[in-house]
Amino acid sequence: MKQSLLPTVAHRIAILCYIAFALFPLFWLLKVSVTPNDLLYSEGVRMWPSRTTFDHYAFVLRHSSFPTFFKNSLIVSGSTAVVVTVCASLSGYALSRFSFRAKYWIVALMLLTQMFPLVMLVAPIFKILSPLGLTNSLTGLVFVYSAFNVPFATFLMQSFFDGIPKDLEEAAMIDGATKFTAFRQIILPLTLPGIAATLGFVFTAAWSELLFALMLINGNAAATFPVGLLTFVSKFSVDFGQMMAAGVLALIPAGLFFLLIQRYLVQGLTAGAVKG
Amino acid sequence: MASIEIEKLEKSYGHVSVLHGIDLDIRDGEFIVLVGPSGCGKSTLLRMIAGLEGVSKGEIRIAGNRVNDLHPKDRDIAMVFQSYALYPHMNVAGNMSYSLRLRKTAKEKIGAAVAGAAAKLGLEPLLERRPKALSGGQRQRVAMGRAIVRQPKAFLFDEPLSNLDARLREQMRAEIKKMHADLKATSIYVTHDQIEAMTLADRIVAMHGGVVQQVGSPLDLYDRPANLFVAGFIGSPGMNFLDVTYSGGALRLKDGSQIEASVPESTPEGSSLTLGIRPEHVVITSDGRGRRALVELIEPTGFGIILHLSLHGIAFKVFTLDRQALAVTGEIMVAFPAEHIHLFNDEGKRIG
Repeated sequence: MKQSLLPTVAHRIAILCYIAFALFPLFWLLKVSVTPNDLLYSEGVRMWPSRTTFDHYAFVLRHSSFPTFFKNSLIVSGSTAVVVTVCASLSGYALSRFSFRAKYWIVALMLLTQMFPLVMLVAPIFKILSPLGLTNSLTGLVFVYSAFNVPFATFLMQSFFDGIPKDLEEAAMIDGATKFTAFRQIILPLTLPGIAATLGFVFTAAWSELLFALMLINGNAAATFPVGLLTFVSKFSVDFGQMMAAGVLALIPAGLFFLLIQRYLVQGLTAGAVKG
Repeated sequence: MASIEIEKLEKSYGHVSVLHGIDLDIRDGEFIVLVGPSGCGKSTLLRMIAGLEGVSKGEIRIAGNRVNDLHPKDRDIAMVFQSYALYPHMNVAGNMSYSLRLRKTAKEKIGAAVAGAAAKLGLEPLLERRPKALSGGQRQRVAMGRAIVRQPKAFLFDEPLSNLDARLREQMRAEIKKMHADLKATSIYVTHDQIEAMTLADRIVAMHGGVVQQVGSPLDLYDRPANLFVAGFIGSPGMNFLDVTYSGGALRLKDGSQIEASVPESTPEGSSLTLGIRPEHVVITSDGRGRRALVELIEPTGFGIILHLSLHGIAFKVFTLDRQALAVTGEIMVAFPAEHIHLFNDEGKRIG
């Protein structure tokens, strides 16, 4: 059967438009990062500079604190993602499988934490962390990010566990597994897509978080990459070339991470919705 | 292999009580079928024996040991689930060997056990496949294989054939029976299908509303149902029931006509009873004996014919092997042989 061409073409064009719109800022980031400083303001608005250079990248990598920011961000985001996913797996499993007295209130409380604008909490959190010596430290950031991401990640994981039939665990227990062994050997492997989705979600959330990093960290030693980017803004000028180069470099780990988990992610985000 | 004793077992969820004092002794090697309509508590009872549901009151003993507080893994039982519950991320061999691997059995022993079970169930060519790549019948076999690789104290079956089509169900039913003859393992089988119950069971436990209605051999339940529920549940098409009164030493229908039957002497005069007769025991007469009934519908099943009749306005069924019944129209005469009449008192209990 021959399909009509017009709807297909229109469909593809619509998708192309969307992609162009979504990716244009990224393209601009890339473009500015390879534009030599002398051409940045002299050439006007052009899609691609007449001359390209990697000087900005070289400078950012060799002479700025960017490698430190990058390392800090990697540590904070990675630890947060792992801590949150482990906690959320366990709590999500509990919410999905066990019935206990305070369940309703715990869920309500977790939901409540998601209702406040974060700005409101900056001052109290600073007050709490400061006497503990957790300001200006990566550990402090991991604590704060984890605390904020666990509730949502828990709900996410719960929905993945809900999608796995209870019979499987029961079969495993009758086969001779303890509840925890059944969880580890039967349920967890089946939840891998969900875990990947949670890891990815939390990692990017922590990677791009600015507000708390800005408030809790001062000085370059413990600054994460979003805070670090601001150091390219000086009192009298903004070094756009270097800033953009740093931005491109910062995209790499997030991009790599999603490349690794994307196979699971697509599965994961649909698995809960449709009964397979 | 082991015996299982159940004593005054009760189960309630909050204020809702679903099992009311179940007593049952299951002998070593016996095949017991729990049968009843959905919601009668048969699956709950099975899951309590498996340890998947807690015990509210009473006691369960396997091989003489109280297991009330034992985790399922320590009860040494195997179970086949209605959904099969195969582990999707393991292949067939992995599914079957999981219980042995958990017990840290030697590799050679696992290999031998899996090969043996696979040979019994014809699963050898499928050992490397994932459950996803199996048909319903093959999945069912794997679920059985997973149960028989080790020698558990008892096998529990939770409606294992419900998800199969009719032909396959028949075939698996026979295979389960063969397997039981072969392994002689204590088995408890839950089903709502009375044909499965009749064909498989050494003894049937008929349940209704969380209470055991009758325990006995399949033919016991068919020939001498203890109450109206069992009488109506066992047999297909189901038993016919007519309201009768006992007066003047005879049973009378509403229209006053008499029915011959042996009524126990202790029956008080004037008591209202329920008369039951199976459709296959009703006789169609042509010599004027019997009573008149209106033919409403004729269902040929191939083997026999089901006639839907109206007798004094009450729906009534007859099952006959006589093909001439296909041609009947209007009214026919039916007779109730006295030896096939069941009588129940106003509480629904059998009196004769």
